[in-house]
Amino acid sequence: MQSSGALRPIVIPGEAVGGPGLKPGPGTYSEGGRVFAAQLGIRDEHEGLVSVIPLNGRYIPQRGDAVIGEVVDQGPSHWLVDIHSPYPAPLHATESPWRVEFGDTARYLKVGDVIMCHVLSVDEIKRVQLTMQEREARRLNGGMVIEISPTKVPRVIGKQGSMVSLIMDLTGCRIYVGQNGRIWLDGDDRSAAVAALAIRLIEERAQAVGLTEAVRELIAREQPRGRGPRPS
Amino acid sequence: MEDIEHIEKEMKLIGADGRRLDGRRFDELRPIRIEAGVLRRADGSAYIEWGGNKVLAAVYGPREAHPRHLQDPARALVQCRYNMAPFSVSDRKRPGPDRRSVEISKVISEAFASVVFVEQFPRTSVDIFIEVLQADAGTRCAGLTAASVALADAGVPMRDLVTSCASGKIDGVVCLDLNKDEDNFGDADCPMAIVPRTGDVVLLQMDGHLTYDEFQKAMGLSIDATKRIYEQQRDALRRRYSVTLEDILKESPPAAAPVEPDEPSSPPEEDFGPEGI
Amino acid sequence: MSEEVVSELMRAHVYRLASTGQRVDGRGLDQPRPVTVNRAFVKTAEGSARVKLGNTDVLVGIKMSVGEPYPDTPNTGVLSTSVELIPMASPTFEAGPPRPDAIELARVVDRGVRESKMVNMERLCITPKEKVWILFIDIHVLDYDGNLFDACSYGAVAALSSTIAPAKAQGLGDDFPLPVEHWPVSVTTAKIKDLLLVDPSLDEERMADARLTVTTDENGDIRAMQKGLSGSFTYEEVKRIIETAQRVGRDIRPLLQSS
Repeated sequence: MQSSGALRPIVIPGEAVGGPGLKPGPGTYSEGGRVFAAQLGIRDEHEGLVSVIPLNGRYIPQRGDAVIGEVVDQGPSHWLVDIHSPYPAPLHATESPWRVEFGDTARYLKVGDVIMCHVLSVDEIKRVQLTMQEREARRLNGGMVIEISPTKVPRVIGKQGSMVSLIMDLTGCRIYVGQNGRIWLDGDDRSAAVAALAIRLIEERAQAVGLTEAVRELIAREQPRGRGPRPS
Repeated sequence: MEDIEHIEKEMKLIGADGRRLDGRRFDELRPIRIEAGVLRRADGSAYIEWGGNKVLAAVYGPREAHPRHLQDPARALVQCRYNMAPFSVSDRKRPGPDRRSVEISKVISEAFASVVFVEQFPRTSVDIFIEVLQADAGTRCAGLTAASVALADAGVPMRDLVTSCASGKIDGVVCLDLNKDEDNFGDADCPMAIVPRTGDVVLLQMDGHLTYDEFQKAMGLSIDATKRIYEQQRDALRRRYSVTLEDILKESPPAAAPVEPDEPSSPPEEDFGPEGI
Repeated sequence: MSEEVVSELMRAHVYRLASTGQRVDGRGLDQPRPVTVNRAFVKTAEGSARVKLGNTDVLVGIKMSVGEPYPDTPNTGVLSTSVELIPMASPTFEAGPPRPDAIELARVVDRGVRESKMVNMERLCITPKEKVWILFIDIHVLDYDGNLFDACSYGAVAALSSTIAPAKAQGLGDDFPLPVEHWPVSVTTAKIKDLLLVDPSLDEERMADARLTVTTDENGDIRAMQKGLSGSFTYEEVKRIIETAQRVGRDIRPLLQSS
């Protein structure tokens, strides 16, 4: 497939990515007036700031991130949520959309439930609090969840959400992308499977040029014949 | 080299032509092949063949450090576990850690702790696992070299890769990268690891007998070799991320749910059975 | 922590697909994942095989030495099987002495090999009551993506069938291939609610209520079984599982036999 095309050059930890005059951005460090890659990734330069967009890595929570979490434990006034990061994240009952009586948390969320929520705060030693008081926050029912490397999330979303909109339009699926690399897909089994395949393609080819076309081609190839995309 | 000439008379490990038993010159490495991203579950992984060594390395993390009381509120722990498979050596090794593997695990952990940006991930651990599947001397160097690729593959922020190599002395001659026989019957072995960009030495061990002069020769050979190995590590990482779209389509399972046929369906094929060989 | 729990949402998804005969990875319910066998992977072992079952990856090495027979079997060689669930293979595996999981796994693989009389152990007797060959099957799990029972068993069978006894080094005549006489194949089925799925993937295995491993030989006869987990099977289900194991076993056996 031509459209999957050229790969952007990959930089490797320790590789020089900028000389004097450039400021070290994310994924880099400076030493002796020069900037070096700290992570395996793609070099990016913007207004004197050089950074490396990583190709892999764990999700490190940041305030305001929309994430998809799974309830793994509960206490009388909180739930413990796995957000696919090194740090467990509590969701306090007061940050839920419900009026939860003390000791009554299980009525609203149970262990094994999947939720769309946001990172409320992260302190200096990476203690995380979640909230479900943002607009899209809710318990997710139906559909399926796939996990990708969190570093590929920006590519799956695309500029102003263009990539995820394209996949939703072409497959007719509803999709939520968590910053933590968890993606919720809901549609008929076939469409959800095609959407999942398209997302896997983006994950593997995040550094490729012409990704949008590749995604179009993939979906066209995998879509059931004689059935167009559903209006969304 | 003059060393070779003056020792040629009484040697067993080095032939009259100055070549070692496996045909190498004193400054030659055994063949090395590195592949990145070879395991599914691990966050990062690498496989290395180095002469007769076959070693896998995997990285998990940064992840929540267990047990809790080990957590450091200021930085990530870098923990390595070096292990030899029971069948990796000629006399079966009993499963589980022995004193040797505990020591090697410790010095490798310490070597990596200096290059990983540990302060970015308080309270976590970065776990490195090295499994020796087939051993032929120099397993710690091979393991460390592979683990470094696995760390980068996992996306762990680090100052540089770490590259490792050993030199030693056989029949009185300082030689690069001893194989098993040379290690068993030689006079000294000196494994080291460096951060190639800065030249910082992060692992250094020695056993046997070297003059100060010989030590410097050995380090010279090793440092020179790590430059070549470093390029192979980098190459493995670049190759890892240049899979083609066709590869992905081949590897991905077909989407679940049957396609609704718009023409009479063909006769059903055998509906189960292994698909590959 | 999330490793152990499969979300309610994914449980529902897997079950919904399975109830229409489909699986997340595109397989049919009684279809195993692709099996690949790479023999003689390790030169330091007398026999070895790296086997992949889907993304589950195991390496099995066979070592042989000479030792004393057990007093109750003075005329037969000794077989010893161990499994290491090394922490490389899964975020849930921990270093340390083998846990019950690993011991059960080793014993089930061992039973399949032993009870099928795959290797004629009597021919591994050197001097009755005094000297016999000891056969170590060491199973190293490298990547755990579900169904270790079958992956480990395939690895053991393939490794044994490629093993050359190092007789010369022991001063016992010429090296010889192990006397392999039968071909046990293990097939594991997981039960999720009322549905039976062959060769469960990791998620399927984690949400399974019950599990049954059936090892059959080249005649379709049963040589070992192991039921696991807290759920139960109806007798009808057990029979269906055995029939599937015979059928799937027939397809997989040639992959383990070919050299």
